[in-house]
Amino acid sequence: MTPKKVISAVFLSSSLLAPLANADIKIGVVSSSTGPIALVGIPQKNTIPLLPTSAGGEKITYISLDDGSDPTATVKAFKKLIDEEHVDAIIGPSGSGNAMSVIQFAAESGTPMLAPVGTAAVVLPMTEQKKWVFKTTQNDDLIAEALIEQMKATGIKTIGLIGTADPYGENWAKVMKDLTQKAGIQIVASEQFQRQDTSMTGQSLKILMANPDAVLIAAPGSSSVMPQTTLKDQGYSGKIYQTHGAALDPFLRLGGKAVEGTILAASSMLVLDEVPNSPSKEIATKYITDYKKLYGETPATFGGNVLDAGLLLENAIPSALKSGKPGTAEFRSALRDALENTKEMPATQGVYNMTAEDHSGFDERGRVLITVKDGKWALLK
Amino acid sequence: MNFQIATLLGQDGLTNGAIYALLALSILLVFTVTRILLIPLGEFVTFGALTMAAMQMGKAPKLEWLLLGLVLIDCVLDLYQQIKYHIDRNKMKKIALKLGYALAMIGLLNNLPLSEIPMACQVLLTLCLIVPLGPIMYRLFFQPLADAPALVLLIVSIALHVAMVGIGLLLFGPEGARTQPFSDTGFRLGAVMLKSQTLWVILVSIFLIVTLFIAFERTLYGKALRATAVNRMGARLQGISPVFAGKATFALAAFIGSASGILIAPITTLYYDSGFIISLKGFVGAIIGGLVSYPIAAIGAIAVGMIEAFSMFWASNYKEIIVFTLIIPFLIWRSMNSHHVEDDE
Repeated sequence: MTPKKVISAVFLSSSLLAPLANADIKIGVVSSSTGPIALVGIPQKNTIPLLPTSAGGEKITYISLDDGSDPTATVKAFKKLIDEEHVDAIIGPSGSGNAMSVIQFAAESGTPMLAPVGTAAVVLPMTEQKKWVFKTTQNDDLIAEALIEQMKATGIKTIGLIGTADPYGENWAKVMKDLTQKAGIQIVASEQFQRQDTSMTGQSLKILMANPDAVLIAAPGSSSVMPQTTLKDQGYSGKIYQTHGAALDPFLRLGGKAVEGTILAASSMLVLDEVPNSPSKEIATKYITDYKKLYGETPATFGGNVLDAGLLLENAIPSALKSGKPGTAEFRSALRDALENTKEMPATQGVYNMTAEDHSGFDERGRVLITVKDGKWALLK
Repeated sequence: MNFQIATLLGQDGLTNGAIYALLALSILLVFTVTRILLIPLGEFVTFGALTMAAMQMGKAPKLEWLLLGLVLIDCVLDLYQQIKYHIDRNKMKKIALKLGYALAMIGLLNNLPLSEIPMACQVLLTLCLIVPLGPIMYRLFFQPLADAPALVLLIVSIALHVAMVGIGLLLFGPEGARTQPFSDTGFRLGAVMLKSQTLWVILVSIFLIVTLFIAFERTLYGKALRATAVNRMGARLQGISPVFAGKATFALAAFIGSASGILIAPITTLYYDSGFIISLKGFVGAIIGGLVSYPIAAIGAIAVGMIEAFSMFWASNYKEIIVFTLIIPFLIWRSMNSHHVEDDE
């Protein structure tokens, strides 16, 4: 608790002093550290003290707000940050639905927004409003391509899909439909479930009846475990694929033996020891060490997404400072342009190359194929 | 759909239905005795499951601090009343006893090798930790307004639910948890595998229901509670303390809630906020019973479990809608068949 108190004390004092020292760059962070997606929001909030504290010779202050996973509260938080705090950029929110609801406010006020959310819908298809949004997670199709290549290579012809009934699962269902068609793989069953469901017997029986070569489970966080344990309990023996939503340590703990041999694609953060040296590896290793020092546990990938947002800003601020002072519309607009021109910037999740069309900016360096071996994450060879 | 699938789904529906039935019964019990719709019942379910999971990971469940905190507030209130009114000569002894209990629990939880002790002991410790929360919560949040209109009680109940979900996040974290099954064996029934945990759930539920029935029919305390349920004022005139009745039903509800949580924790992943939806389904069962009839509520709850299981198979996207829409025809049927009495006491 103490570090948190220190941080809030710092925020409090800095917000009191703000009118005097106006030259500071102010960045708002909105995370869902309570409510249904707290699993995502807590590591994100915890990452704030690790974000860069200065860029281009200017001090950066972070103002952190919690939206309780509620889109209405996200909108309020954004309005507060924009109208009262006059922030130069906003990192957040944590949830896909929450992010969709605030894009228009970020765009109207001309504030760059760096969303560490799963759904690609926040940056695709690119519109006049979405050009203010940048996304620090891999697009679903990037991850899906890696999985489908693997499926093709191992001779899988039919797959079953189980996804959550939320934007995450729905977007995956859409992405898979397009990509499997091209790859000549057939989706023979597609089922949905809710995160809080206490039983998945029905869905998994449906999948078993269709008897696909492999099953893909698209669910964020620990909810990805239950479909898999149920399938295994009922004797499904095919391959099981997971998305980057499952790339969390609780997945291993909750799944136990049932998740052995699962294949998933995600950023290399889970298997840092096994990947070849790269700037990304260095940054991620440092992040994990610092986070461990502060909280005594390894951060979930979601935290890395927020750190990347901070690094992107740190990288973009110096060139934006040439066009205007922090706190002005010119500065924010220049910051947006600078973010869009990010080239070859390594961070925890991979290497960012933004363009006017691609505001996520990852290539295949942002993903690796991972499997579960002896109860631990391992690089798939 | 063939026989095998139908049995598997039936088994699933029966397991969940048994849990919903237990919850429906405790909702009904608390409502008839105290007029409180116990929304936080689901939180007892998740607290039970998550405490058990924490113990199996060898960690002392942080819930002990909630118990200590609430006991402390309770004791301070007692002390204040004692100094002001001098009602009860044994009060000091009771205060010492309560504090001693909370501290003893903390001592036990922090010193026992929690992950190694037999599962029965883990269950017992979990229950010992959670059941006292029920009466204390009644004492702190409901007893001061026991005569308030039912609507006020409902609002307090919702507030308590929201607070407990928040506390759950704080104490247990956002990750889900799952515990080890009571035993690993399964039984073969024709072509269908019966999981032993399913049998545990069904047997324990039946046992609890039968015990409750006997307790209410045969024992003095049970009869006292029934009398309060039938007519609060009349029972009071006969010397049945409404405070006792309230605390006893809350203890029972906390017990049934946490026991249900412990029972289903091995077959599903429970999150700090899963409780609400589970108890809501129990509530649908209780509504089918018109918030009066125990047997109909139990049957209704099992029907909810069954319908849930089969709709999960046929239309997984519409499962919750189907289950909760069930309530509408029953409400219509109930409102057409019952003579509504303007009862707010």
